[in-house]
Amino acid sequence: MPVLARHVERAGIPTVVVTMMPAVAEWLLAPRIVGVEFPFGHTFGMPGDDAVHRRVLATAVELLAGADHAGTRVDLDIEWPQSRGEAYKSWQPAEPSPIVKLMLERRSGDR
Amino acid sequence: MPVDSYAFLPRSFRALYENPPRLEGEDDAVWAPFEGPLADATIALLSSAGLYVEATQPSFDVDRERAEPGWGDPSWRAIPRSTGQGECGMAHLHVNPTDTLADHEVSLPLRALDGLVADGVVGASAPTHYSVMGYQQAGLADWRSTTAAEIIARLRDEHVDALVLAPT
Repeated sequence: MPVLARHVERAGIPTVVVTMMPAVAEWLLAPRIVGVEFPFGHTFGMPGDDAVHRRVLATAVELLAGADHAGTRVDLDIEWPQSRGEAYKSWQPAEPSPIVKLMLERRSGDR
Repeated sequence: MPVDSYAFLPRSFRALYENPPRLEGEDDAVWAPFEGPLADATIALLSSAGLYVEATQPSFDVDRERAEPGWGDPSWRAIPRSTGQGECGMAHLHVNPTDTLADHEVSLPLRALDGLVADGVVGASAPTHYSVMGYQQAGLADWRSTTAAEIIARLRDEHVDALVLAPT
């Protein structure tokens, strides 16, 4: 996603990336970054949690207006409402993705 | 407290994501200054959740991804500002879609943006928002050569002042 942000930014349109992996976005030189420690598939929070959705989005648009240099990063301190173990399990698809399935098959073939 | 970028990633995947190689030509800072004020700005959203409007748009091509696990559909969908809850399908084989299907705000916060507009924080929600499917390996070249250019053209046509991108 940072690569798309960089293309859009290069075209003269400012961007901000809201991400669970801000260190990766930073490394890939996204211009503005909002970090959230949320499970994958939940960039703006839990379903129905309008207050958190708004807070995350408001932080992103305020960063658009307030950042003055490339690589500006703001991390949000919002606690995820599930236990770490529950969240880790629940973001993952019921079936492993095709590439993960392939990696697992290759790994078991190596044994 | 800084966000732990690997908090929810399986441990065995961490090495794949930590300091990945930068693409050719993507190793310098880019910067477009935001010409405020925010209260006059038109904002668009882009999600990589693989959302599409079920009644009018095709899904992303998950059958081909199943057949070619290194490939991800590099196309994009225009999601109208007026898209209501329950109108989006989700085609993304790498995350559990249940919560985004229950409330698309989890990945594409159209109502939250409308709320910021109503409160005068932001000028306007763009007529069109954007969806891609974020798993890109072989398709990344198409994202760079085609998808990005098409989205940029639409953003310009609709006089969008800034884009919020939300990886899934």
